[in-house]
Amino acid sequence: MIKFILKGIFRDRSRSLFPIIVVIGGVMLSVVLYSWMKGFEKDIVRANANFRSGHLIIMSKAYSGNSDQMPNDLAYIGCSDLIGDLNNEHPGIIWQPRIRFAGLIDVPDENGETMSQGPIVGLGADLISPSTIEPDVLNLNGAIVSGGLPLKAGEMLITDELAQRLNIKPGQTATIITTTMYGSLTTFNMVVCGTIRFGIAAMDRGLVIADIGDIRRGLDMNDAAGEIVGFFSNGSYLAERAESVAESFNMDNSGSGDDFAPVMYTLLEHSGLAATLKMYKSVSGVLISIFITAMSIVLWNAGLLGSIRRYGEFGIRLAIGESQGHLYRFLIAESTLIGLFGTIIGTAFGLLFSLYLQEVGINISSMLKNASIVISDVLRAQITPTSYIIGFVPGLAATLLGSSISGIGIYRRQTSQLTKEFEA
Amino acid sequence: MENTYLIKTEKLVKVYPMGQQSLVALDGIDLAFTEGEFAGLVGPSGSGKTTLLNIIGSLDVPTSGSAMTMGKKIEELSHQEAAELRNKHIGFIFQTFNLLPVYNVFENVEFPLLLLEYTASERKRAVMESLERVHLQDRWKSKPSQLSGGQSQRVAIARAIVKKPAIVLADEPTANLDAENSHNVLRIMENLNRDLGTTFLFSTHDEKVIGYLRRKISLIDGKAAKDEKITDALKGSN
Repeated sequence: MIKFILKGIFRDRSRSLFPIIVVIGGVMLSVVLYSWMKGFEKDIVRANANFRSGHLIIMSKAYSGNSDQMPNDLAYIGCSDLIGDLNNEHPGIIWQPRIRFAGLIDVPDENGETMSQGPIVGLGADLISPSTIEPDVLNLNGAIVSGGLPLKAGEMLITDELAQRLNIKPGQTATIITTTMYGSLTTFNMVVCGTIRFGIAAMDRGLVIADIGDIRRGLDMNDAAGEIVGFFSNGSYLAERAESVAESFNMDNSGSGDDFAPVMYTLLEHSGLAATLKMYKSVSGVLISIFITAMSIVLWNAGLLGSIRRYGEFGIRLAIGESQGHLYRFLIAESTLIGLFGTIIGTAFGLLFSLYLQEVGINISSMLKNASIVISDVLRAQITPTSYIIGFVPGLAATLLGSSISGIGIYRRQTSQLTKEFEA
Repeated sequence: MENTYLIKTEKLVKVYPMGQQSLVALDGIDLAFTEGEFAGLVGPSGSGKTTLLNIIGSLDVPTSGSAMTMGKKIEELSHQEAAELRNKHIGFIFQTFNLLPVYNVFENVEFPLLLLEYTASERKRAVMESLERVHLQDRWKSKPSQLSGGQSQRVAIARAIVKKPAIVLADEPTANLDAENSHNVLRIMENLNRDLGTTFLFSTHDEKVIGYLRRKISLIDGKAAKDEKITDALKGSN
């Protein structure tokens, strides 16, 4: 009988090809939408972790109150000891000092006169020491447009957009003009060793990155840092563990009442991502639910119409002697096969497309020209274990539901009436 | 005595509700058919021929009275029991052939045997034997769309007789056939009736069919107006 079912399904395109195409399409869209939403969520977290807050961030209490203004006069002094202690207490977390500053970059001509000048945001991070993870965290190798990474003191990276605006190329020297930790004006020369592009509009406009040793010297911040960021060694943000580490750290350091005492924040706390992600998860959950429900209704209707169209065939089969229960089970078996087949293919296509979006993504930089949020301008998908099963809701369950409901007509209608429908 | 009847109806009434009113399709039918009969329900459209066939074939149930087929009271059968009765004892032939279009001739004829859970070799033997009886053994691979009307009806006959039922109910079997094909089909059914002893009960108003009948029941307005045996001598005069 199974062979008989399969023959019927494969030979009748209106029973197989059309429903399967509808199921494949619905399932594929569901998988891609879900994976894309997840990818967007992960991108937000990753971008904020890597470029802003780490998985955990330590600042002086005073600095943390105005951290958006990069108040290096309130930076934490004594980083080496603190990082040493943190390494001992939390071996699974890698700690890195960072200094953010604002200033000007001045590009001289061959006579030493200013050729071009512009505002910058600077980032000092450990780029040179052998054990550093910062080039990987900041994805500098992937961001290089021309030149290379700093290999020695006195070298810096600038964003490609800034380099083009200032007409400066790798190998040329520029002067950084800013203030020291103690408020005095400072200037220091650095050689541009490479240009970079992160694909994050807010950063690509005017960022300068140099080794933290150079920045400490330039800003007179010996053993000081505005921020000490921590990353879980597995690369993923572990919310519960982050909260536990921060709580324990803050409990140990909150007693002094010192404005310069260190205070630790989790990624979600510091970046304000907690509320954003909560809202995003709610909105994306609603969107995915609406979409899956809409897809389910479409596929349910496909199952419904497919079965109603065949009432006449059911009539003749009942006349031949097939029982209603057997016919109903036959219909369900057919729907299961079509739903399963369509869902598997749809999920495979959906995963393939999601994989493409995960690896290549869709560039939306033109939409983010003036954006100031840290968000990647390449939208990417993220395949999660749920991506493999989400399509079964509309693909299999809805198709089965449609057939189950329409199949009830087999019981409700007079057999003789069904037979007439075949003749009609 | 009652056991010798394959089909027996007593005071059979079928009423269809039609809004506020109702339509009496069958009005107190008393009939009985024995094994090997070649009989027809004859009458104009709306006289109740198809309704009576549907009830005898357990596709429908009477409003009142009784219909008994193969010793089973139709009005008392569950859906499952009615399906079993049709499956084992009754073959249907319809005006529009009603072949399943996605299956070929062999598979259409094979279908009732799948329900009876015959083995593959039993099915093959029975299907080919049945197709030989309707002279279509060479067309077993053809799709219904590749057959003429006469061939399609012969496939429907093969499907109806493949399980060797006691009764074949034929509802206007020649209505969509030309004269030559009608006679071919009727001769085949006549031969099957003679060779297998199958009881054939027709509903028809086609004179060609009536010419083959050995018993003619005239239905008028849901009543059996006349029930006459037709002898060979009388048949010759038709």
